[in-house]
Amino acid sequence: MREPAFNVLWLQSGGCGGCSMSLLCADTSDFRGQLRQAGINLLWHPSLSLETGQDVQQLMADCLSGKTVLHALCLEGSVLRGPEGTGRFHLLAGTQEPMMTWVQRLSAVAKHVLAIGSCAAFGGITAGGSNPTDACGLQYEGDQAGGLLGSNWRSAAGLPVINIAGCPTHPGWVIETLAALAQEQGLQAEQLDGLNRPRFYSDKLVHHGCTRNEYYEYKASAEAPGDLGCMMENRGCKGTQAHADCNVRLWNGEGSCIRGGYACISCTEPGFEEPGHRFDQTPKVAGIPIGLPTDMHKAWFVALASLSKSATPKRVKLNATSSHIVVAPVIKKTRLS
Amino acid sequence: MTRLLVGPFNRVEGDLEVRLEVAGGQVSQAWVNATMYRGFEQILQGKHPLDALVYVPRICGICSVTQSVAAARALAAACGVTPPPNGVLLTNLMLACENAADHLTHFYLFFMPDFSREVYADRAWHTQALQRFSTHSGEHARQAVAARQRWLQIMGTLGGKWPHTQSIVPGGSTRGISSSERYRLGAHVAEMRGFLERVLYAAPLEEVVALDSEAALAQWCIREPLRGDLRLFLAIAQDLGLENLGRGPDLTLSYGAFAQPDGSYTMAPGVWDGQSLHAPNIAQITEDARHAWLADGGSALPPSVGLTLPTMDKPEAYTWNKAPRLAGQVLETGALARQLADGQPLIRALWQRSRGNVLTRVLARSLELAQLVLLTEHTLRSIEPEASSCVDSRVPDHADVYGLCEAARGSLGHWLSIRDGRIANYQIIAPTSWNFSPRDRSGTPGALEAALVGAPVAEGDTTPVAVQHIVRSFDPCMVCTVH
Ligand code: SF4
Ligand code: SF4
Repeated sequence: MREPAFNVLWLQSGGCGGCSMSLLCADTSDFRGQLRQAGINLLWHPSLSLETGQDVQQLMADCLSGKTVLHALCLEGSVLRGPEGTGRFHLLAGTQEPMMTWVQRLSAVAKHVLAIGSCAAFGGITAGGSNPTDACGLQYEGDQAGGLLGSNWRSAAGLPVINIAGCPTHPGWVIETLAALAQEQGLQAEQLDGLNRPRFYSDKLVHHGCTRNEYYEYKASAEAPGDLGCMMENRGCKGTQAHADCNVRLWNGEGSCIRGGYACISCTEPGFEEPGHRFDQTPKVAGIPIGLPTDMHKAWFVALASLSKSATPKRVKLNATSSHIVVAPVIKKTRLS
Repeated sequence: MTRLLVGPFNRVEGDLEVRLEVAGGQVSQAWVNATMYRGFEQILQGKHPLDALVYVPRICGICSVTQSVAAARALAAACGVTPPPNGVLLTNLMLACENAADHLTHFYLFFMPDFSREVYADRAWHTQALQRFSTHSGEHARQAVAARQRWLQIMGTLGGKWPHTQSIVPGGSTRGISSSERYRLGAHVAEMRGFLERVLYAAPLEEVVALDSEAALAQWCIREPLRGDLRLFLAIAQDLGLENLGRGPDLTLSYGAFAQPDGSYTMAPGVWDGQSLHAPNIAQITEDARHAWLADGGSALPPSVGLTLPTMDKPEAYTWNKAPRLAGQVLETGALARQLADGQPLIRALWQRSRGNVLTRVLARSLELAQLVLLTEHTLRSIEPEASSCVDSRVPDHADVYGLCEAARGSLGHWLSIRDGRIANYQIIAPTSWNFSPRDRSGTPGALEAALVGAPVAEGDTTPVAVQHIVRSFDPCMVCTVH
């Protein structure tokens, strides 16, 4: 087999390490083998590499001097700019220098720069509340372009920062993006969406493939935590607006937030950390949810909802507010004669 | 005398720097620095209390379930709700799943790879260590990652996703379970048992948890030397004298693990001092910010009234971590502390001889991994499929509560104050906050700072390997520490 040639350096800043822990859950019986097979050489990763201390500093120096070609810099976690623009909320251990500065320098020599997870992409949960550390993303601050590198920044390969958003991000999204970049044809600008997320996962909505779609059709809604019904009307679910394929490409074998019994909080979207309402409740005006499905006209939604509610089968209605199926579908003959 | 600054220190969770003073070929003083601050306690202020269930798992990607459980317990105390038995058992399953994954990750990916280093090339066991644990080609490390991935599918079913599941709520678990799913989960547990019995222990789990004395352990090792990675570790430990490395404080803490529906614990709580076990007095816990870049309230404060406010210009500060103390004393927490509190006879015997050190920490964790898988089997059998696992909860306008939990790496506490229906104060003391504590106002070093003293440092060595063994033996999580 050919030697992996696509050098990836992975750094962590203002996040929780969860995207790395998620990465290790990639659907494969041979994690290292999968990377190798995709041509990816992990130069250094904080959790997976032997090198520590001085050795790592040498490795980064080699990337900066060009001795080692840095094909992709992955940053996990937001950039901490505070206090007062000094970056001292995160000094890279052993160097007495802000991680922010290291990321700027390394971005300048990297062929591609990837934001791993919503923190690195947009600021994410670390930018929540009063944003005490002045956290931002590599090229976005919430939904505003800018961030650490500025909106006009382009990598040596001519692309903006690739935002593999998600909290955490799905291992499949990361590995497939890296694998695409490692191929000769790379990744083209039109394969990224308006927020520079890879379209192969962000051209879908979480709502697609949701096991609660029948409840959704009839607006048969969950009321309490653990209920089986659709969580859009009462329990804060943003699956109809969140860009991700979570209900088609499942998590950890067979999960999704909704299948776990709680709302999609749209963790792949900028600003998800400050929705302006309780996460587990749907904000409404005059009884109608504010966040209506993407692409749907409000008047139609209201008309269809009231129509479908009046047509809700008893089975769907009862099950929606139960923790287990209490009424099974009727058995009907499915062939003529 | 020389000074060393070691960092970035990897294969720990989060960012860590260690400053060492070296004299006469060994560490004479150490300062432990957690170099990153995110401000979760500030972020949480003013939020709706139930929103904590979205924020707190994101304190840490390696033990997010534990953070959820601590928050859910604090909130349950505030709301006055008790989860139905199924809710308690499903929460325990998720906790056991995460803790076991952590122990496995720690052993294969974080701790053992150091024995594949060049400095050990002349040791008899080095070829084996390289074959099994090399970060690039280690055959057993590779299998462990695969086993971990399969095992965490349990979290996919029960928690929707891992990390950052939100199915753990004050009233129980938002995910019920059917009998067919129970069967499927059982199949995953059997896979993990298979991996451990084949690769880590080369013995049945029951045999491992029954090891009850040093003689029994010695017998067990001699019977099949080096077979299984635990025996290989024990051989390495003996060769390198890991029992004499990284002695901890003579006081350990466990809040008790796996609360049962009847209120008892599967692993008993307690503070162990080598002679006797006391119930931890939570009211005696304080945090001292003298050496942290954080506002120092003028004295060490109990977390219920704790402060977390960045204050950069403090000459004596060197970390973002505060110094937690129990009645003014330094203590160690983690699997070792849990086994001591629970009275595991082998670990108690080793403690009597050599106290907390690199060997006892890793061994306690390895035994606990077997216990956790057995606990998972047992819990699955106790669950009543199709029964309710959750009740709803209403948050009061005022409350002062706390929630405690055992993470893989030790005791975790969340202290919450609610005023006018909003979070007025939220303070977190994580396991590594205890273990990697800085000095307090009387100058007493934290557990690791003291444990590093005496570690050998070879001439010209910039990243001493003994220091690495000691640091990693605690299985630190720096993102939790500073939050
Ligand atoms: S709105 Fe949410 S719960 Fe309802 S069907 Fe869509 S994704 Fe599922
Ligand atoms: S379902 Fe929604 S909140 Fe959950 S991981 Fe997917 S995008 Fe994020």
